[in-house]
Amino acid sequence: MRLRFLLRRLAMLAGTLLVSSFVIFSALFLAPGNPIAVLSGGRSLPPDAVRILEARYHLNDPFLAQYWLWLKGALHGDLGISIALREDVSTLIASRIGTTAALVLYASLLILLIGIGLGLAAGLRPGLLDTSVLAVTAISAAIPSFVAAIVLILVFSVKVRWFPSLGNGQGVFGTIHHLTLPAVALAISSLAIVARVTRASVREEFRREHVQTAVSRGIPHRQVVMRHVLRNAAIPITTVSGITIASLIAVSAVVERAFSLNGLGAYLVAAATSKDFAVVQGISLVLVTAFVLVNVVVDVLYAVLDPRVDLGARAR
Amino acid sequence: MIARAEPGVHLGRRSGLGILRATGPAGIGSAIVISAATFLAIFGRLLAPHDPNLGQLAYAYVGPLGGHPLGFDGQGRDVLSRLLAGAGTSMLGPLAVVVISIAVGTLLAVSAAWRRGAYDAVVSSGLDVLFAFPGILLAILAATVFGAGLLAAVLALSVAYTPYVARVLRGAALRERAQQYVAALEVQGASAISICLRHLIPNMLPLIVAQATILFGYAMVDLAAISFLGLGVQPPNADWGVMISENQSGVVQGYPLPALVAGICIVLVVVAFNVLGERLYEQAQPERV
Amino acid sequence: MSTASAANASTSAGPAGRHASGRALLEVRDLVVELPVEGSLRPVLHGLSLSIQPGEALGLVGESGSGKSMTARAIDRLLPPGARVRGTIRFDGRDVMGMEGPELRRFRTEVAMIFQDPRAHTNPVRRIGDFMTEALRTNEGVPLREAEHRAIQLLESVGIEDGPRRLRQYPHELSGGLLQRVMIATALLTRPRLLLADEPTTALDVTTQAEVMAILDELRREMGLAMLFITHDLELAAAVCDRTAVMYAGRVMEVRVSSLLHDDPLHPYTAALAAARPRIDATLPRLAAIPGRPLSAFEAPADACAFASRCPYVQEECGRRQPELVELDGGLTRCRRAVELRGTLGARRA
Ligand SMILES: Nc1ncnc2c1ncn2[C@@H]1O[C@H](COP(=O)(O)OP(=O)(O)OP(=O)(O)O)[C@@H](O)[C@H]1O
Ligand SMILES: [Mg+2]
Repeated sequence: MRLRFLLRRLAMLAGTLLVSSFVIFSALFLAPGNPIAVLSGGRSLPPDAVRILEARYHLNDPFLAQYWLWLKGALHGDLGISIALREDVSTLIASRIGTTAALVLYASLLILLIGIGLGLAAGLRPGLLDTSVLAVTAISAAIPSFVAAIVLILVFSVKVRWFPSLGNGQGVFGTIHHLTLPAVALAISSLAIVARVTRASVREEFRREHVQTAVSRGIPHRQVVMRHVLRNAAIPITTVSGITIASLIAVSAVVERAFSLNGLGAYLVAAATSKDFAVVQGISLVLVTAFVLVNVVVDVLYAVLDPRVDLGARAR
Repeated sequence: MIARAEPGVHLGRRSGLGILRATGPAGIGSAIVISAATFLAIFGRLLAPHDPNLGQLAYAYVGPLGGHPLGFDGQGRDVLSRLLAGAGTSMLGPLAVVVISIAVGTLLAVSAAWRRGAYDAVVSSGLDVLFAFPGILLAILAATVFGAGLLAAVLALSVAYTPYVARVLRGAALRERAQQYVAALEVQGASAISICLRHLIPNMLPLIVAQATILFGYAMVDLAAISFLGLGVQPPNADWGVMISENQSGVVQGYPLPALVAGICIVLVVVAFNVLGERLYEQAQPERV
Repeated sequence: MSTASAANASTSAGPAGRHASGRALLEVRDLVVELPVEGSLRPVLHGLSLSIQPGEALGLVGESGSGKSMTARAIDRLLPPGARVRGTIRFDGRDVMGMEGPELRRFRTEVAMIFQDPRAHTNPVRRIGDFMTEALRTNEGVPLREAEHRAIQLLESVGIEDGPRRLRQYPHELSGGLLQRVMIATALLTRPRLLLADEPTTALDVTTQAEVMAILDELRREMGLAMLFITHDLELAAAVCDRTAVMYAGRVMEVRVSSLLHDDPLHPYTAALAAARPRIDATLPRLAAIPGRPLSAFEAPADACAFASRCPYVQEECGRRQPELVELDGGLTRCRRAVELRGTLGARRA
């Protein structure tokens, strides 16, 4: 039963990835101009280079065959060559993915620890704390990452000089030091949203009739909170946290640009600006895959947490 | 047995003003901020005291002066004028995204809920694929393919938001479809389109409006982010997102004002839309509060 | 206020002398409950008094909104946050309102509650076994195995044979009737002394209703449990309860031995309720509805009979003073004209 659900979900994942890779690939052919011009970003290339590109992209084959060969290459880690940097796209991605992964992971940790922590505290203790969390999160939920970035840079690297405003840093501590402001900028609005949802879920679960049943049976308050309120609130909290964390993957591009980090997103934006198509395709594929994977994990967690999920049907 | 009170079959529709009043002081305050932003979006360009694109390099990053209450940006342009002129694109972009994604999302949701069956399955799985593309990523792809600009960004975000709209509204439409009055109208021979247009969608309107309001905030943040990345509104056109990206170097050099005021404008408007949207959402589904 | 004498009446009178020997298991006196509604406090119970002897079943009937559920919740100290309560509640001589912490929890294990909607009142993400044994394990430290063994036994006595399998299931896998039987078994598992049953069969379909009711009634008698049985249904209350209390607008209007309630009520409101019930054996030309709309406690005047606005026997004097709950014919009634009207209010004559 559970296994079937998992297999089903994985099949859906494969389907989604197949279709989205097709969308990413065919975007190349939506662009005005012939594929060589698109791939070269409008640069004029020597005939050798044109021939290499034609061979690499099988531009003389039928469209679907081209897609199939591109996909096969991608599955083997071959994502083409960057025209601008004259390097393998996969090599370029490999050298930058660490920064992005560290940034998203760091921000996720902040969201999970602080966001859920604040939400629980506010949800369990009505009063001043609750009111202030509500007010602060209402505003911080609306702060875009790049606005947070300039404020953080202004306060923590221009005024008090605790954190650097730019660059990646060396070693574990150097990396953490350099990534702290970017991670906070990336996390801040999601953190507020997760805190608000957590608070609302805890409140809602407290009002449930089955919680009243537990109280009416003389179960100690602590246990009512742990086993009934929080256990059930964990379902919406997990879902929202997962979805928000997934959304960080794309927003990381903005933060990487704001802090001049050498990550995938910043590279993607640079490639988009210079029309380095192979790079845009390669990174888009990586980011979409990561995004979809996180969403699958959320779905599976949801099914684990909520026995009412019909494991035979499609997860939602 | 003693008779129980029957719940009202048809909830009376309330006027827009009545709904707004019910959102409380926070909702009304938000509505005021939104109205002010809308006013500036329409008349900002006329109100600008100086030419927003006239740069006087001698004044680069000069602070507030007489006649220039917010000082100058890195290229010596009047910050207040750029802020006022930028309100237009900063508000128009999100508006376009909301209108398109709500229109398409509602159409898909209502038609899927009405026809059900295979059509619904096709629409739903099509939307599921779109879920795989975060808005910003789709916008970057669009900028690569069609070139950077507001239009490509707006279209990309509209496509990315549509599945979210459609998913929420499809559930509401299915619930509404199951109501008895719909069956009654069908029996009386009313056409599907007339039932949808005259009853189903009007009854879903509070939820649609709430969705649109919340979406506006998200669209504003995403569009400003895309402009910040240099893939949306193109300089020298004024836009709040562009202003932040243009003046980021000023922040590091100790002249944060031009970037900050643009950021504050964005945050203010987004907070207003979020708060009002949240209140409207509570109004739209009172049983969940 | 008239409440002091009313309380005296209800306690000293005893339930028609049948249980007069011991002291009451539950005794509620002059209970006033106010709930916060949009910033102000609104009364939902208005000087309510009742008592239950050990092993006795007391029915509590009344229209929707009359405060039946609030009575049960007030007794079990389960009122919504912000509620203000006055009056006294004594359980086995102990003051319930003053209880805190462990004492309150111990009291709650002695009083078990059965709710109207079993689906909403079971945690959807916990298995039936966990739901049933939770209180035994946490409050009495009974080991899981033994707790499950006892749960299976009780499931059998409520007519559920495949207990071990049921314990592994989740609430959504059980039908409403089955779940309500699980609820009853769970309530009995901790060997309480008083059951508070709030419309335990209203959410079920008619055939299931009868089954569940029969099981509840039988087990209660077997175990010698006292019960407060809340229902809309006068006849049902009469069938399973020794005495029945009739509520209106947050007050008790009449308490009477169940067998006499229908044919010989003491209060015009009871008579109206009995007449409003559709009967299979009597073909009335038209269902006799009570004229007017039921009042909530906060709408009822404090200085008049709450039923005066709808009462066919109303006199001017009824609107001037709130009548007291007085003893009459072995029952209690809150009607000025009770003596005058006695014997004329029977349902068949109405
Ligand atoms: N949480 C609450 N806050 C304020 N008032 C409430 C609350 N819950 C119930 N009430 C009010 O208290 C009164 C009594 O409600 P109660 O649920 O006790 O009625 P009831 O007799 O059990 O009705 P029913 O037969 O419908 O279950 C009603 O007028 C109701 O509107
Ligand atoms: Mg009730």
